[in-house]
Amino acid sequence: MSLIAQVQAPTVDFRGLSPLIALVVGANVVLLAGLLRGAGVQRVLVPLLAAVTLIVAGALSVAIWETGDVEPLVQSALAMDTLTLSMSLLFYLAGLATIALSLRSSAVGEAGAGEYYTLLLASISGMVVLAAAENLITLFVGLELLSIPLYVLCGSAVRERASLESGLKYLVIGSVGSATVLYGLALIYGATGQTDLGRIAAAIGEQVEVGDPLLLTGIALTASGLAFKASVAPFHQWTPDVYQGAPTPITAFMAVATKTAAFAVFLRLFDAALSTNQVEWGPALAALALATILIGNVGAIGQRSLKRLLAWSGVAQAGYLLAGVVVGTRLGLQATAFYLATYLVMNMAAFAVVIASERVSERGDDISSVEGLGARSPVLAWPLTIAMLGLAGFPATAGFMGKFYLIDAAVDGQYAWLGVTIVVGSMISLVYYLRVVAAMWMAPDAPPLAGPVRRMSPASGGSPEADPRAQPETVAVALVCAALTIAIGIFPSPLFDLAVQVGTSISGI
Amino acid sequence: MSVNLSILVFLPLLAGLLCAVVPGSAARWIGLAASVLVLALSVMLVAAFDPDAGLQFVTDVAWIPELGVRYSLGVDGLNLFLVLMTALLWVPATFVSAHAGYTRPRLFYFQLGLAETAVLGAFLAQDLALFVVFFDLMLVPFYFLIGAWGGADRVQATTRFVIYTLVGSLLMLAGAVALGVLSTPDGGQISFDLAELARRDLPAGSQAWIFWMFALAFFVKAPLFPLHGWMPDAYRSSPVPVLVLLSAVLSKVGAYGFLRIVLPLLPDASARFAELVILIAVVSILYGSVLAFSQDEVRLVVGYSSIAQLGFITLGIFSLDPKGAQGAVMQMVNHGLVVVPLFLLAAVLVHRAGGSESLARMGGIAFRAPVLAALLLVVSLATLAMPGSPNFVGELLILFGVFETHIVYGLVASAGVVLAAVYMIRFFQRAMHNRVGPSVESRDIGRVDFAAVAPLVLVIVALGVYPQFLLGRTEAATVAKVQEAGRLAEPPAAATAKEPVR
Repeated sequence: MSLIAQVQAPTVDFRGLSPLIALVVGANVVLLAGLLRGAGVQRVLVPLLAAVTLIVAGALSVAIWETGDVEPLVQSALAMDTLTLSMSLLFYLAGLATIALSLRSSAVGEAGAGEYYTLLLASISGMVVLAAAENLITLFVGLELLSIPLYVLCGSAVRERASLESGLKYLVIGSVGSATVLYGLALIYGATGQTDLGRIAAAIGEQVEVGDPLLLTGIALTASGLAFKASVAPFHQWTPDVYQGAPTPITAFMAVATKTAAFAVFLRLFDAALSTNQVEWGPALAALALATILIGNVGAIGQRSLKRLLAWSGVAQAGYLLAGVVVGTRLGLQATAFYLATYLVMNMAAFAVVIASERVSERGDDISSVEGLGARSPVLAWPLTIAMLGLAGFPATAGFMGKFYLIDAAVDGQYAWLGVTIVVGSMISLVYYLRVVAAMWMAPDAPPLAGPVRRMSPASGGSPEADPRAQPETVAVALVCAALTIAIGIFPSPLFDLAVQVGTSISGI
Repeated sequence: MSVNLSILVFLPLLAGLLCAVVPGSAARWIGLAASVLVLALSVMLVAAFDPDAGLQFVTDVAWIPELGVRYSLGVDGLNLFLVLMTALLWVPATFVSAHAGYTRPRLFYFQLGLAETAVLGAFLAQDLALFVVFFDLMLVPFYFLIGAWGGADRVQATTRFVIYTLVGSLLMLAGAVALGVLSTPDGGQISFDLAELARRDLPAGSQAWIFWMFALAFFVKAPLFPLHGWMPDAYRSSPVPVLVLLSAVLSKVGAYGFLRIVLPLLPDASARFAELVILIAVVSILYGSVLAFSQDEVRLVVGYSSIAQLGFITLGIFSLDPKGAQGAVMQMVNHGLVVVPLFLLAAVLVHRAGGSESLARMGGIAFRAPVLAALLLVVSLATLAMPGSPNFVGELLILFGVFETHIVYGLVASAGVVLAAVYMIRFFQRAMHNRVGPSVESRDIGRVDFAAVAPLVLVIVALGVYPQFLLGRTEAATVAKVQEAGRLAEPPAAATAKEPVR
């Protein structure tokens, strides 16, 4: 009796961990449900369970929402603060959209629905851990938990060479990235003697000098490794290849969620642990941002594959996002979080349309597959148009507000030239975004435009999937995301409020 | 009697949304009805306007409190007539399109409505960020209107147009954010309110680069030499109703931006760079006039003449003299009023000449078309600033202003007035008289075109007879905008050398 009383079990805050617990439990349930036989199980029950898991996790995240600098959990390994929770909500939304987009994907059938959705949920839980990491070890665990399922998911269309190649490529490059991060983290630990982000922050300037070479090398290596995940130049080369080869729903998920997770950890690491060093790493990251913006935008210009185009555009967008990290201010943190949310809706709208048109066109994801889409099916053309205009930063879209906020943060943080770089990047980006819009609405060989296009019934020889009504969930994702893009562009205040709450999560900046 | 500016601004967009869902045949009449309604509202606005009351009919609510951005609209003497002009010119443009019967009418009238909302919003915005939003938004509908309904090479033309303009606009976005952030006093709340920004001080060093970001955007929009590269292709490929709006209304937003934003908010930089901008303006006048004289395509004759006209307007603004600015505001309205009938009549001429845009293939059209000839004559004379036309008053005021401050440039610019006579008379002669062209069919103006053009010609004549109607209402606001920059530029040689920057 007395012996038991003396054992001090660590207190586990189940309330704070509840979203993670929901995710992990859900992932297991989905895996087990996938073992059941029957088409109904595979096509309806498993995705439904996965979606329910994400919704429950989202609801729990909202329930434990608390502004301010929240006390970390599990021996200060995880912080369920507004930064984590807001980013988690973005992961869940991206996950829900991915589930909807995967419903008719051949990759699900080939990999097995149970495995496919379990890997998706596992990857999301890795993202949550990564975003919440208050400790170098948790950070690395989260990074690996995020990455490994994604390697498999990229290769999940096992009958397609491109998918397998993409999975292998991502595995090799991702491992190099992870190794680089690990090495960097080890050096930071070596320099400061701490693994807790809070204690590292306290140690810098006290036990270890701000310009300590070991520390700076560690920071540089960690930043490089994370840059792999966020596709920041010059660590972006894998992005177009992997994005093009992977099953398109997974591409959408990677483009949105992985990038969000990478930036969540960028923000936490640089703003919480290393903010005293901002003068040291600020200019270096700014140079990376400049290079990323230019390389990404220039790289996108010549692309004909829409997935590659969106990959390059994602590289450029990573450059914009990095500007919010560079300044190391509360405003920068808020602007980055805000932009990540807008980035999610704009990209999801674009990818949903790419998926929808890819399925019915024999030209795959080539830009010619959307030619004349404006006349053929406006219900798909509008979301893609709005997404492209939004990504280019046109007003009355979420992209404009996001850029406005980022430029605001950049100028406020003494990086006015970076703000100008963002707009220069946007100018270059017009060339390729508008090409997509022009292909949809102004294609020279557009069919005669008198009256609505007659839709043939399957019996009379028309392809059933040529009708957008044949894949309502894809169209719904596109429409909802496009509507959100416009709504945020016109009434941005609620999202700004949230961003301000996210800004309270890290004290000391 | 009060007019709600939000209704005025968003009515076209709402009608446009309605157009997008009704059957195509009804869309055009809804679009036309909305444009007439907007015109009626703006006439009420002018009737209720009090010349001594400053900014009025103000709508001001917080839009994005976190960034200090407000949804703030208001009318003063500066934008009153530009709003009226926009509303007035939209009616014939919509009317002509309704009769041209464009394909995909629902989309067409949606874009047309969106465009009017954006232009009116840009003219009425009293918050810098809101202005930027509307200014950039203008581009979207025009991109589609040219790209989807234009002539040959439309996609290239519209892409070039958008890239040119958006390069300017995005730089302006960066400049606007920088202006807001850098002029925020320590510990103060960031604000983009134009009146508040005018009260705050911005270091002269920051003013310089922000000035050029705005100036670039406005130069491209006008367009002025050497940033007019998008103009020939876009003008050539635009459908006629879009072309008239592009030339008459869009070009004015840039010039208006100088008066509304640049001069009051960046007075040091404006005073410092005034001479350089005047030089650009004078070069634009000469370049535009010479090219207008040498062009064969009727659209480009009018297009290049617009560059010259916009040069005059910019010249008036940067004379930093109350009279010059007054003349510029008047000339903005005048140019809009003459360029729309010019383009519409040019389209009629092209039709009469068997579809050819070439002046060489026209000629002798006046033979059996007295009404057409008379209308074109009135408009041409107004364009070349014949005494008795409103343009005469406008250009005279501009030249007065320039002579007060920069006499040499004034003398050179006066040559532009003469050149205008040369190219307009050449245009009129080649088209109307001379030998009858090979496939010319001389027939008088049709009812539709007459209904679109005749009211505008009447307005031109009326404004020529009674320019004080406009000048009296615009004076107070316009003079206030140039005062600060004019004061800083005042002692031209001695004082600037002693105290170069504030």
